[in-house]
Amino acid sequence: MTTIDVRDVYKNYGKTRALEGISLRVEEGEIFGLIGPDGAGKTTLFRILTTLLTPDKGSATVLGYDVVKDFKAIRKLVGYMPGRFSLYQDLTVLENLQFFAQVFGSTIEENYYLIKDIYQQIEPFKHRRAGQLSGGMKQKLALSCALIHKPRILFLDEPTTGVDAVSRKEFWDMLHRLRKEGITILVSTPYMDEAGKCDRIALIQKGRLLAIDTPAGIVNAFEKPLWAVQTDQMHLVLQALRRHANVASVFPFGDVLHLTPKSDFTTGELSNYLLNSGFPGVDISLIPATIEDCFMELMAE
Amino acid sequence: MRIILILIWKELLQVVRNRAMIPILTVIPIVQLILLSFAATNEVKKIGLAVCDNDHSTFSRRLREQFLSSDYFVLKLYTDDEKAAAATLEDDQADAVLAIPPGFERQLLRGQASSLQLQVNAINGVKGGLAGAYAGSVIQSLRRDLSLEIVPVVRQKPAVAAPISVSYRHWYNPELEYQTFMVPGILGVLVTILTMMLTAMNIVREREIGTIEQLNVTPIRKYQFIIGKLLPFLFIGLFDLAIGLTAGKLIFDIPMLGSLWLVFAFCVINLIATLAVGMLISTAAETQQQAMFISWFFMMIFILMSGLFTPIDSMPLWAQYLTIPNPIAHFVDVMRKVLLKGSGFEDIKDHFYTMLVLGPLLITLAIWRYRKTIA
Repeated sequence: MTTIDVRDVYKNYGKTRALEGISLRVEEGEIFGLIGPDGAGKTTLFRILTTLLTPDKGSATVLGYDVVKDFKAIRKLVGYMPGRFSLYQDLTVLENLQFFAQVFGSTIEENYYLIKDIYQQIEPFKHRRAGQLSGGMKQKLALSCALIHKPRILFLDEPTTGVDAVSRKEFWDMLHRLRKEGITILVSTPYMDEAGKCDRIALIQKGRLLAIDTPAGIVNAFEKPLWAVQTDQMHLVLQALRRHANVASVFPFGDVLHLTPKSDFTTGELSNYLLNSGFPGVDISLIPATIEDCFMELMAE
Repeated sequence: MRIILILIWKELLQVVRNRAMIPILTVIPIVQLILLSFAATNEVKKIGLAVCDNDHSTFSRRLREQFLSSDYFVLKLYTDDEKAAAATLEDDQADAVLAIPPGFERQLLRGQASSLQLQVNAINGVKGGLAGAYAGSVIQSLRRDLSLEIVPVVRQKPAVAAPISVSYRHWYNPELEYQTFMVPGILGVLVTILTMMLTAMNIVREREIGTIEQLNVTPIRKYQFIIGKLLPFLFIGLFDLAIGLTAGKLIFDIPMLGSLWLVFAFCVINLIATLAVGMLISTAAETQQQAMFISWFFMMIFILMSGLFTPIDSMPLWAQYLTIPNPIAHFVDVMRKVLLKGSGFEDIKDHFYTMLVLGPLLITLAIWRYRKTIA
C-alpha cells in the first residue's frame, strides 16, 4: 500500500527553484531514504509532506490525504523531526516529552513501548533541560518526541547530521526496530554510506530526482567498470588522469581515486601511462561501485 | 480546552525557568514607576529671570522683589543694559527677560498707562508658556496693590473698580500632587508595554529557535495557539497591575476612590487588545530584533499619544482620532478616572465599549495573519 504519493511537485522560493517536478511513492512499512547534498531540495520536500509548505504545482498525498486540503488529518498521523533541533531548550527532557504527548492527546505511558529503547538512554537525564543535552542525546529526545503519539509515518530530516558515528549506528538500528512496528519512515541524509541502510532510496540533486531504487538496484545499474587508483600524490595524479582521453571520469573518494574508464582501456595501459608521466608505484584495482559512485555518475549525466 | 491548558502550562513553565523573567516582571516595573513618577514632573520652578531696569525707582525695585518672592523665579541678572539682558537669553543664562522702561513709576503715579516688556525663551513650550503666565500674575498682583495705594493720593476717589479675583479649588487632586496624577497613568503604560513586548518577543522567539515548526505539525489549531499565548500574558499583566497598584499605594499613597474590580475588569479587556497588537507585531517580524524595532515604533506612538504627558484634548483633531485605537490612551484615562475621581462603570463605559470592539477585532486580525505554513 502506498503511504506517500508525490506527483510532479514543483516549488520555488522567489526565483530559486527548490523542487522541479518530483514524483515518488513510498510503500507502507519501508524505510525510504532521500539522499542528496545540501541544497538539493530534501527539506523542502519534507516541509511539503508535513503540510508546512504548499507546492506551487503538482500534488502529494500522505496516507491518502491531500497535503493541501486535508492537512489537519495529516498532522494527527505523522511525526516530524526537523533538521534543526526544535524542542523547548528551557524545558526538561521529561517536560518536552509530556508536552508533545499531551498535544496529540496521548500520554507517555500509552506509547512508552515504542520509545523505550531510545528513551532509556536519556532517562537518567530526564530532569535536565533539553538545551543542556549533548548532540546525540538531543537527537534521541527529538526522535522520542516525534514518536510519542505513535505516528504512522515518521519524517526524519537529516537526523544524523552532526552526530557521532556510534550514535549514528544506534540511530539506524532504532529505525529498523521501528519499521517492525509498522511505522513507515522517510529519512533524508547527505551521507551516502547511510543509503545502504534504507529499503529504497531516491537520489536527489538540484530539485530533481536522479534515480529511485533499492540500494542494490542503484549499484547494479552502474554498468561500467570502476577502478580504484591508490597513490601518495593524489592531487597530481588526479590532474594527470583528467588529461587522459580514455578516462571518462575520475574523482577523489576518501584516500583513493575512483575512475571510470572508456571502453577498450585496460588497467595495464593506465599503469604505463602513469609510469611515463612520472608516477611510479600507483596501485590500480577493479572494485564494485558504491552508492556515491552512482551518484557522481548520475550527476555528471 | 485541554490543549489550551497544556499550552498555558508550558508557557508559564518557561516564564518561571527564565532567570531574567521574574525580575523583568516585578522589579523593573516598580523601579520605572518610582523613577518616572518622581522625575517626570510637569511643574516649572526656578525660571531664570534677567531684569533690565531703566527706571531705577521704588516701583521697579518692588516689581523685582515681587518676582523673586515667588518660588517660580530666580534672579540671574539685574542690569540697565538692554544688550546684556538680551545676551542672557541668548546664551541660556535666563529663561525670561523683564524690561522696565524709564519713567515707569512716574507714569503710574500720574495714572497713565505704562508698559513692561517680557521676553520669554519658548524653546521649551511648556516652560515658556508657564513663565509668561506666572509673570502675568505677578505683575497683576503688583498692579492691584499699587492701584489701592496710588489712587487715594492722586484722584481722591476709587477710580478703579475692585478687580475680580478668581479663587481656585482643584477637584480630585486638591494639593495638585503631581505624583497622584502620574502614578495611575504610568502604571497603565507599564502594564501595557510590558505585556505587548513580551507577547511579540515570545512568538518570534519560537520562530527563531524553530519550535514553532515542531508545533505547526501537531494538531494544535490556530485559535488554540493564539489563546494559549494570550492567557499566560494576560495573567502576567494582571499580576503586574496588582503589584504596581500596591507599590503606588505604599510609596505614593495614591488615592483609590473607585472600584478596583472595575480597574482589573478594564485591564482584562484592554490587555486583550494590547496582546493582539503584540501578536500582530510577531506575525510581521522574522527575528526578535525586528520585533523589537516594530514594538518600539508602536510604543513611542502609543505612549506619546496616550494623554499621559499631554492632554488629548489639546491635540489636533486628527491626532485625537488616532488615540481611539490606542489601548494605552484608554487605559490611562480609565486608571485616572476610577482611582482619582471614583468613576463608576457608567462614566467610563465608552472606553469599555471601544475596547470591546477593538480587542476582538485585533485578535481576529492576528489569527488571520498567523499562518501555520511558512511563506
